[in-house]
Amino acid sequence: MSTEHTATGLIGAPIRRVEDPVLVTGKGCYVDDIHLPGMLHLAVLLSPHPHAKIVSIDTSAARAIPGVRSVLTGADISERVNIPAPMVVPGMKIPPHPPLARGAVHAAGTPVAAVVAQSRALAQDAANAIEVEYESLPAVTDAEKALEPGAPLARTELDNNVCFLSTKTNGDVEKAFAQADHICRMHIASPRLVAMAIEPRGAVAKPEPAGDLTMWLSTQAPHRARADLATALGFPEHRIRVIAPDVGGGFGSKGPLYREYVLAAYLALKLGRPVKWIATRSEDFVGVIQGRDQAMTSELALKKDGTMLGLKARVVANLGAYLYANTTTPTQRMMGMAPGCYQIQNVHVEVAAVFTNTVPTGPYRGAGRPEAVLNIERLVDKAARELGIDPLEIRRKNFIRPEQFPYRTGVNVEYDSGDYEKSLSEALRLSDYQELIRYRDEARERGELVGVGVSTFVEPSGGAGFESGTVRVERSGEFTILTGSSSHGQGHETVYAQVAAEKLRVSMDQVAIRHGDTLAIQQGVGTFASRSAVTGGGAMVIAIDRVVEKARRIAGHLLEAAAEDIVQADGGFAVAGVPGKAVTWRQLAAAAYGGRLPRGMEPGLQETAFFDPKRDAWAFGSHVALVRIDRETGRLAIEKLVLVDDCGVILNPLIVEGQIHGGLAQALGEILGEHMIFGDEGEVLTGSLMNYAVPRASDMPPLIVGETVTPNPFNPLGVKGVGEAATNGAPAVVANAVMDALAPLGIDHIDMPYTAPKLWAAIREAEAKRKG
Amino acid sequence: MSGKMERVTVPINVTVNGVKHEAEVEPRLLLVYFLREHLGLTGTHVGCDTSQCGACTIHMNGRAVKSCTVLAVQADGVKITTIEGLAPEGTLHPVQEGFREKHGLQCGYCTPGMIMTAVHLLETNSSPTEEEIRHALEGNLCRCTGYIHIVEAIQWAAQRMRSSHVSS
Amino acid sequence: MFPASFGYFAARSLEEALELLTEYGEDAKLLAGGHSLIPAMKLRLATPRYLIDLGRVPGLSGVRIDGEALAIGALTAHADVASSAIIRQRLPGLADAASVIGDVQVRNRGTIGGSVAHADPAADLPVILTALGASFVLASPSGKRTVAAEDFFIDFYTTALAPNEVLTGIRVPLPPSGAGAAYAKLPHPASGYVVVSAGALIIRQPSGQCASARVALGGMAGRPLRAGATETALQGKALTPQVIAAAAAKAAEGSDPIEDAYASAEYKRQVAAVYARRAIESAAKRAGQKI
Repeated sequence: MSTEHTATGLIGAPIRRVEDPVLVTGKGCYVDDIHLPGMLHLAVLLSPHPHAKIVSIDTSAARAIPGVRSVLTGADISERVNIPAPMVVPGMKIPPHPPLARGAVHAAGTPVAAVVAQSRALAQDAANAIEVEYESLPAVTDAEKALEPGAPLARTELDNNVCFLSTKTNGDVEKAFAQADHICRMHIASPRLVAMAIEPRGAVAKPEPAGDLTMWLSTQAPHRARADLATALGFPEHRIRVIAPDVGGGFGSKGPLYREYVLAAYLALKLGRPVKWIATRSEDFVGVIQGRDQAMTSELALKKDGTMLGLKARVVANLGAYLYANTTTPTQRMMGMAPGCYQIQNVHVEVAAVFTNTVPTGPYRGAGRPEAVLNIERLVDKAARELGIDPLEIRRKNFIRPEQFPYRTGVNVEYDSGDYEKSLSEALRLSDYQELIRYRDEARERGELVGVGVSTFVEPSGGAGFESGTVRVERSGEFTILTGSSSHGQGHETVYAQVAAEKLRVSMDQVAIRHGDTLAIQQGVGTFASRSAVTGGGAMVIAIDRVVEKARRIAGHLLEAAAEDIVQADGGFAVAGVPGKAVTWRQLAAAAYGGRLPRGMEPGLQETAFFDPKRDAWAFGSHVALVRIDRETGRLAIEKLVLVDDCGVILNPLIVEGQIHGGLAQALGEILGEHMIFGDEGEVLTGSLMNYAVPRASDMPPLIVGETVTPNPFNPLGVKGVGEAATNGAPAVVANAVMDALAPLGIDHIDMPYTAPKLWAAIREAEAKRKG
Repeated sequence: MSGKMERVTVPINVTVNGVKHEAEVEPRLLLVYFLREHLGLTGTHVGCDTSQCGACTIHMNGRAVKSCTVLAVQADGVKITTIEGLAPEGTLHPVQEGFREKHGLQCGYCTPGMIMTAVHLLETNSSPTEEEIRHALEGNLCRCTGYIHIVEAIQWAAQRMRSSHVSS
Repeated sequence: MFPASFGYFAARSLEEALELLTEYGEDAKLLAGGHSLIPAMKLRLATPRYLIDLGRVPGLSGVRIDGEALAIGALTAHADVASSAIIRQRLPGLADAASVIGDVQVRNRGTIGGSVAHADPAADLPVILTALGASFVLASPSGKRTVAAEDFFIDFYTTALAPNEVLTGIRVPLPPSGAGAAYAKLPHPASGYVVVSAGALIIRQPSGQCASARVALGGMAGRPLRAGATETALQGKALTPQVIAAAAAKAAEGSDPIEDAYASAEYKRQVAAVYARRAIESAAKRAGQKI
């Protein structure tokens, strides 16, 4: 009945997850589930101030509490210990980022002191007993304001608040604008968001007897964390083992090496005892890298008929006060996809990356992509309205056409493949678009605020260089596969096993997928940027091909046939056209490890591959939304949402659907209410789930999910990423629908999130203007 | 014994997953940490500190509650069921099975709490509508699934539980 | 998040609870379901030195009819209020409010007495209980007294409870035939607490006129507010949608709503009118009015 026990038909089948029996019975092992003998507990005192000098720290009361083993402040740790951040853009400023503040705090949530005690509760008691005297400094939280002359300096050691300026220019932009019939202008800001993985961050650091260090981290990238930890501490990398056990969600936010992870390691080594640190939700709200917070000012040059001639975009990206290794990623992503799915060759994009007195930002599901999609798709819709052209027509006129791929865009990036027209048509068909328009028009006649929106978008996936895979045939003929891409909910153990079993012609239970342990796994990168199927899958398939090739030669040797006559068969290999002449993987393994090999062949049956596609995989999609806004209360209801995504070859439709649903929920958060807000003095106003609104089950709209399949010609599996599809596309389509609904009132722009009070205020203001 | 004397620890008797436990606990110990750290039942998770996320949901005397918002001392004399006690070892409760069948989980962190809430729902309403299911999940946050497969998992389990009820 | 240390007493009787309260007074907090207090203690916003747990005190929970009133024990869980057959039949407006508190798990554990005594201006029950003209039974070593809702809720987290008093029960007058009550709430999208809410009790004459109306608003001030102008506008009028809408439009008259990062005062005034209208319409329907 199920395909899990067959060797074929696995790729593309909706296979139930291998991971689940453990997780649904509560037997998962997350960092907080690890308990070691003699383990101590770390609590960290965070600054409530966005920007202040530390005048004094009195730790005497904390030290006096029985059970407290160590109390540290910034002065106790060498100035060489810092969170590493790479020079992504030449000349960018990289101010110090110590694990404990040295002399000043530049954002609320900055660690100021660390306590290790016998229990978490005692550590917390002691941290609360530390008295810190602060002297407030002027704070700036808005990145655009931080660029104004006379703005407070977020980092007082710098001359201004700019971390770097970065530009991309192609074609003749000025000429394009000079020739334009119309220029559409827009300013749009994407809200700052919190990733809110349900498992907060955590670390257990264990000093080993021989001087090594083992660390369990809630991380998306164990090898990177290990390298960064080695750099931060000046501790040899080869003596560190990082284990990512079960990880309770990440969405980009568990990419960095956090300050508390460094403190846990530092204190474990200092005290010679295991040290555990588990973040509270409140600490995560001000400690985890936050997403979005890019303000975009754009101009689109067009001909009267809607032909797009040129694009200028200026992006002001809020980096927060400190740099993590990936803080700059969203800015680079945004630039790399600014023209979206349109043929615009004359492009000028510039990014000003700015320090402010806020929590550091970085990748959060989408990581610059939702910002870019929102910008270009709102701009295109606005331009269509200003020119009196149908929003579908303007898109179709400017789409990159299927025969143009691979297509080099106006920001000098090559898209691999695509068929945007087909995607849009499918979304229109599934949404019954003409019927939606009729419904809207009738509602509008009755004075109701109903709108329809469309958006077509690209979704680059992969990136960040290589990923690795090792395929090891065990003596039993079973397979252990090691991947550098560790899972935190994506179903690696299922999808990789599906692919491997099919390629190896064995059943899935013959394959074990291992990940998340730097001691066991060859060098790897991690799971983010929708890269696991694309890059990790590619590496695994290359390693499988190599194992199969070697096994084929061994099979030829054992079966006394030419290697080219040997074909793969269920469970092993056979001689083509000779029934009964076959050899199993178990027999091949016995030969490989027992020496019955062709002359000169190295023993063993294990291969490792490192795969760097050297290009992103450009998934794409089209979304349609129908929305209604209640005039009385401003409440936004999404009455219908159609998501058509194209992620190339689908490996497991159940998992693809799960990624789309989850991505949509996070998009809905951005659309409906998630917003990290800082007050006038820089104070955090939305630092808990009491005031930061994460979508619940009843917030999900009626949904239709569809697909088109355009295989990726540059990938061994033909795949493209899908993890961020809905997160990227849905904010733009709902924004277009909301602005369509409000167009009769003359409203042409409101920034997300579309909270009821905000929409009501905009409606009221517009109505007052019309009356007045 | 109520005792007027202030005590450092308080004795409690709790039945967890059918097993009686006697313990001396600090009054400030939250029930979730009693389960996790004293009894080693780490399937019950902590995801927030404001009683919102529901990852810590367990049953107290048959009712779904958030064990992060109950003191261990309040559980004295109470029967508790956690995710570990939902089905005999080696078997799955229909709701656990439904979560697997319908891909109702990704990272798995919210899952034990979700399942405990869903079991409570189906014990009080054997044929919930989709809307009733969504409403029943208002105290449980999931950041991975978008809830759609969770709702389908609970519908699957409801169906399974109804049909096994009829056949028995 | 761990509460600061405290001393704990599990009272076995009301008398014992009162004795302990007399002994420790301001240093002690009463613990019922704990769903207001424990979250505050975890964040160390509350650090009582002693907790007196009422959870094992007999006779403090349950719903029964006592003469012309419904008597609800202070320890009755929200879920039991919401599902009580008597309440659903005689006072469905109260069941409305109890069923939208927090979430399933919170309703299973949180108690009516705990919520009322905590007096959070963003809580549901104080609003509907004010509309229903409820009163609160307070016990002290010197005896019992009964305080009307209007006199009980004083300001943010402040009630008429003296330091030596325990809230033991809530009495809600049973409305006469031809009466209806309802509760309508705009929840905060994050916390689920009240942004603005309205509770209404409408007594309708068989002719369709409004004999009397009590309308209370939540989220507008430090305590539930009576919407006096709305009540007056309904008095003696036919309960048509037009009359109700016009009366509800006056709901926020004279109020100075508390603002937060989510909702402005102006917005709250607007939605107070909307939710007052919704509550009055539902109440009127329950009173037999066809709308």
